[in-house]
Amino acid sequence: MSTAGQNRPVAWSTGDGIDGSSSKPRVVSFHFSDHVMGWAIPASLVLVWEILARAGDLPANWLPAPTVVVRTIYELGIAGDLWRHLGITVSRVAAGFVLGAGLGTFLGGLTGYIPAARKLLDPTLQSLRSVPSIAWVPLFLLWLGIQETSKVALIAVGAFFPVYLNLSVAMRHVDTKLLEIGRLYRLNNVEMVRLILLPAVLPEYIVGLRGGLGLAWMFVVAAELLGASNGLGYLMIDGEMTGRAAIIIASVFLFAICGKLSDWLMSVLGAKLLGHRAR
Amino acid sequence: MELPASIPTEVARADSQHGNSAHSGSKGGTVDIEIASKVFHTAFQPLPVLRDVSLTIHPGEFVCIVGGSGCGKTTLLRIVAGLETDFEGTVSLDGRRITGPSLDRGVVFQEHRLLPWLTVRDNVAFGKTGKNKRGKQESDRRSPASPEVSHYLALVGLSEFADAYPHQLSGGMSQRVAIARALAGRPEVLLLDEPFAALDALTRTRMQEELLHIWQAERTTVLLVTHDIEEAVFLADRIILMSSQPGTVRRIVNVGLARPRDRTNYDFAQVRKGVLEEFFTPPTPLTTAQGRSE
Repeated sequence: MSTAGQNRPVAWSTGDGIDGSSSKPRVVSFHFSDHVMGWAIPASLVLVWEILARAGDLPANWLPAPTVVVRTIYELGIAGDLWRHLGITVSRVAAGFVLGAGLGTFLGGLTGYIPAARKLLDPTLQSLRSVPSIAWVPLFLLWLGIQETSKVALIAVGAFFPVYLNLSVAMRHVDTKLLEIGRLYRLNNVEMVRLILLPAVLPEYIVGLRGGLGLAWMFVVAAELLGASNGLGYLMIDGEMTGRAAIIIASVFLFAICGKLSDWLMSVLGAKLLGHRAR
Repeated sequence: MELPASIPTEVARADSQHGNSAHSGSKGGTVDIEIASKVFHTAFQPLPVLRDVSLTIHPGEFVCIVGGSGCGKTTLLRIVAGLETDFEGTVSLDGRRITGPSLDRGVVFQEHRLLPWLTVRDNVAFGKTGKNKRGKQESDRRSPASPEVSHYLALVGLSEFADAYPHQLSGGMSQRVAIARALAGRPEVLLLDEPFAALDALTRTRMQEELLHIWQAERTTVLLVTHDIEEAVFLADRIILMSSQPGTVRRIVNVGLARPRDRTNYDFAQVRKGVLEEFFTPPTPLTTAQGRSE
């Protein structure tokens, strides 16, 4: 089958088996024990951590017991602080992701579809990609101020590149034989994009979106650590300033949950969009 | 030297638009090919692919173009399809000059070229999404439930697989869907470029029989490119033999065997032998002239 670029390298992959493609279970009955095996080490570590912390072998201001961390999260939740910080962080990620992924979609589509646009834009964008993300922070603060705009911009930079790269490469590699079917039926440019190009690049595009979302979560931490008065990143700084390790660990834990959850949502959405086709 | 549009064709077309199904009665489908030359411009030097190809294919006729690789037979088909427009000469369908692809010519390629994200039914329905010869969009585009789509799916024997995806089909089944898609635009001419070359021998034989059945049911003009002489003798009313570099018509053979044809039959073997011998004898001016006179 001549599907567009099945074995194409993708620039970003968050393939950690969440889409079930990375490893196939040999026998269904082994599946359960595989999961148990996977949980064995983290569970024992948490247990040992709990025991050591309770025995007083770990200083509480360094590494409080897991139960203390959970209680901290609970208390923050009761007080309402948790929801405020979580809400602002999620909204920053959402805004930055929408902005960055939107721009990545537009420029990726443009450079993928029009060779002249690629020759014009791609070298510049590729060299901007090699700038370490944190290096943008002072500039963005200078240009956009310390408020929301600079944070959203930084997150957008993170989300932009995986989306841009995956889409641009995928568009370029769409099977010319399928494009000729479009010519045969005299599709105009809009129809060509809608009926052939977009469906053909959808799998790679979704991989790009998942990569972009992952980086958006990374960049929100950087943005909030470097100057914020709210958000999960601020909560971490606050925990550091006031010497409460439990708050820092709780924040780390919450970031992990949020990242995983949003990636899972994106992969579910992707699976829905891809439907039953072969992949 | 553009040919004038013939009035009877317009009448025939109007008739076919009145009836719900186009596959009734007389249709158009006369293909006039007058190619002086077709040259591919490669990086090193211009490569002449076709020279002095002059042919007329009659309505409802089944014509096979046979030639070795590189004789320009695929290029000739792509010119008739409207996918190649940079050549010297004119190609017209029912008196209208061909300047690009159109629904009045259905194309089947060697690969099925189905859209992998569409079901079989939607792929066939895609065959109606194109524009007709007046440049107008078909009004009933993208309506997979349409009776025509079901009709063509039934014709190629795939009604039960309407909701399957291309990756779930065998090579032969995929090619049948491709044929149904090409027919869905209700073409006057069906163009096939080595459609069965990638199939195994048994499937190929069955597909040839099915293609004849489809041709007899739809009464379209068929132009099929192949390098398989037996296939051509089995299918064609006339066989166009092409020679290479640059591709030109070497000879035209009227097959003249009654249908259904029997591959094991003596007459069949004689025709095949004749075509085969023609391939391995150097062309003489006489045979070339015969081929041209048509």
